[in-house]
Amino acid sequence: MLYREAGQFKVSYAKDQQIFPIRQDRIAVLALVAVAFLVVPFVGNQYWLSAIFIPFLIFSLAALGLNILTGYAGQLSLGTAAFMAVGAFASYNFMLRVPGMPILLAFAGGGTVAALVGILFGLPSLRIRGFYLVVATLAAQFFILWFLTKVGWITNYSSSGVITAQQIVILGYAFSTATSKYLLVLGIVAVMALAAKNMARGNVGRSWMAVRDMDVAAEVIGIRLMRAKLLAFAVSSFYCGVAGALFAYAYLGTVEPEAFSLDLSFRILFMVIIGGVGTVLGSFLGAAFVTLVPVLLSVTVRFLDSSLNLHIAESAISNLELMVFGSLIIFFLIVEPHGLARLWQIAKEKLRLWPFPH
Amino acid sequence: MKAIKTVLLGVALFAAAAAAAQTEQYMPVLSYRVGPSAAGGSGYYGGAIDYWTLVNMTGGINGVMLKWEECETEYNASKGVECYERLKKNSGGATTVEPLSTGIAYGLFDRVAQDKIPMSTFGYGLASSADGRVYPWVFPLGTTYWDQMAAMIAYLGQKEGGLDKLKGKKIAFLYHESAFGKEPIPVLDALSAKLGFETLKIPVPVPGQTQESQWLQIRQAKPDYVIMWTYGVMSTVALKTAAKTGYPREKLLGVWWAGSEEDVIPAGDASKGYVSAAFSASGTNFPVVQDIKTKVYGAKKGNLEDPTRLGNVMYMRGLSYGIIVVEALRVAQAKYGKGKVMTPEQLRWGFEHLNLNEARLKELGAPGLFPPIKTSCADHEGSGMVKFQVWDGTGFKQVAPFMAGDREMVRKMVEETAAKYAAEKKITPRDCSKEN
Repeated sequence: MLYREAGQFKVSYAKDQQIFPIRQDRIAVLALVAVAFLVVPFVGNQYWLSAIFIPFLIFSLAALGLNILTGYAGQLSLGTAAFMAVGAFASYNFMLRVPGMPILLAFAGGGTVAALVGILFGLPSLRIRGFYLVVATLAAQFFILWFLTKVGWITNYSSSGVITAQQIVILGYAFSTATSKYLLVLGIVAVMALAAKNMARGNVGRSWMAVRDMDVAAEVIGIRLMRAKLLAFAVSSFYCGVAGALFAYAYLGTVEPEAFSLDLSFRILFMVIIGGVGTVLGSFLGAAFVTLVPVLLSVTVRFLDSSLNLHIAESAISNLELMVFGSLIIFFLIVEPHGLARLWQIAKEKLRLWPFPH
Repeated sequence: MKAIKTVLLGVALFAAAAAAAQTEQYMPVLSYRVGPSAAGGSGYYGGAIDYWTLVNMTGGINGVMLKWEECETEYNASKGVECYERLKKNSGGATTVEPLSTGIAYGLFDRVAQDKIPMSTFGYGLASSADGRVYPWVFPLGTTYWDQMAAMIAYLGQKEGGLDKLKGKKIAFLYHESAFGKEPIPVLDALSAKLGFETLKIPVPVPGQTQESQWLQIRQAKPDYVIMWTYGVMSTVALKTAAKTGYPREKLLGVWWAGSEEDVIPAGDASKGYVSAAFSASGTNFPVVQDIKTKVYGAKKGNLEDPTRLGNVMYMRGLSYGIIVVEALRVAQAKYGKGKVMTPEQLRWGFEHLNLNEARLKELGAPGLFPPIKTSCADHEGSGMVKFQVWDGTGFKQVAPFMAGDREMVRKMVEETAAKYAAEKKITPRDCSKEN
């Protein structure tokens, strides 16, 4: 009824090629962004902002980074957390060693260093693919963490190999409250998500998708494989690097390299798979699923336990959360193997026909 | 009329309930009971919670009841921070927090300072946070890794018949390749320079399921001792591989995270005769454990699902933590009013004025459970002593009582590192002479 594109005529190429061709979509997305920027900071309390929204946005950015590489360019990777670590530790060093370094530039610098490291570890992708590439990126994961622990200079010779993120100050304004950090993270994520969407539907994204679908064919039609693959590694690692820097600066504060373990790489891969491989929206949906559902489950189980006086043992509650979460993942993957983003797309298509499907 | 009466009654009940709520001291419990670290977490938090249950059953702290709420962190820094943020405002606000995870503790460093909630890192954490002037809200109570390393060297010196006898000896340091494993290296280096022993540092990549090459290296170098700074499965594998390569187990010395039943039992016979450090005693012979057994488990209010774990190493560490929190609350109440609920600031004062001597521990039914702890505004550690225990195949037996290493040197290093951190973060250290 409301969601129908009848009567919306596109009279120019620009209109035909916009990100959201349907007016209702545009309104909904603009409203969502407006709510995120203007309403959430005032309504959300410190818990919601600093413990839910900030990590959700940071993980979304990391998932987006991996999605560029795996979803769009078809190169599997298990080194996401390591590239995040590079971003975090590089930003720390930019701030520490360059006097008067603006923090946003340090984040970008961290992302750039991560991109360079990404290109380096992306080189094997020119020769190998699939599971063999996974092994190569797994090596990146272990090598980078080992390197960060090994070289004292990176952590400014901290005895325990831990870095403490400097305070975020932009133009004399200190981002110390949860609200200000949230707005900063949201701003960065919004800009980078828009850039990713535009890259994906532009020339670059098309060449990535061609490489993903069949690289020999892509080469035949004139796409330079090396350039496309390495660009995917660079852009993906840049996104992960910025996410890592934000993880350190806006969320944890003091970080050890262990925080970027293989476990985190897997979590981000799950986000991409659950959310939807090869979609920008899927990165956000997947991150939301992986970060929010366990919290929701934990709160619900505990609420039921206390309100119904069930007296479930504490360890049973903890295990129950994991079991339910695991079954939910399996359920969603069976119902829609293409992820939550595909479910959303199907829902929209049904909605366009509703209530008269014939 | 009846309606008014009901309303009045309701208001009175509400007021009573509100008043009752204020006689509860609330603590969030960031526990982990699933995943690879579950055995440690469930034992540790089980011990602390059992003790608090016992305190509540015997009248609370001068009438103030303890209240806690758990949240599963899965030993994951990101989840731990979420749990802390979720629980900290509940029930009138958190008084103190103990994550039992280095990663989570790091994630909370800035947050607890901002929220002004004291955080303890009992037997782990960042060594330099023992300097309370730079880290006012962090309490690495008991012993830091640095003091533990110093005590281990002191123990080896004692074994050799004097610290000077260590000169010319070769000590291998087999470590978990992470922040945890790297932490004690500065102290090891400083002591090696001072006492003249040689060190051989051998990192083991996490998680450490294969250690053949490392032990081959040890076999070739033939060190006089091997200090095992390992954790989890790495400790068990180290013990097994040492036995396989024929390195004498009497020459092994484990860090305290490599010295619990969960580490030695899976290694079977290979761990018999292996010595490790400990910052609290274990066993069920303590009157307080007997009390918990009869009163708490008798009333089916115990936290452990398997009561045979009572008295094991992780459980007793948790129990020690439980006791220290209650004692800090008592100290704070003695200053700020008995029978009152303490604010986090007041509890911090309590943590900074702990004086748990042997006599006090005896009164609590826990003689010799942990070393005497005496803290101050500048010293958030308070002890620095470690004991040593040997696994005899069925239980841990003490081989050396609580002893400290070169505390003076370690303290100097703590202050230097803390000063460097303060300069980096632009923190002005507190002036302890002005604090009462």
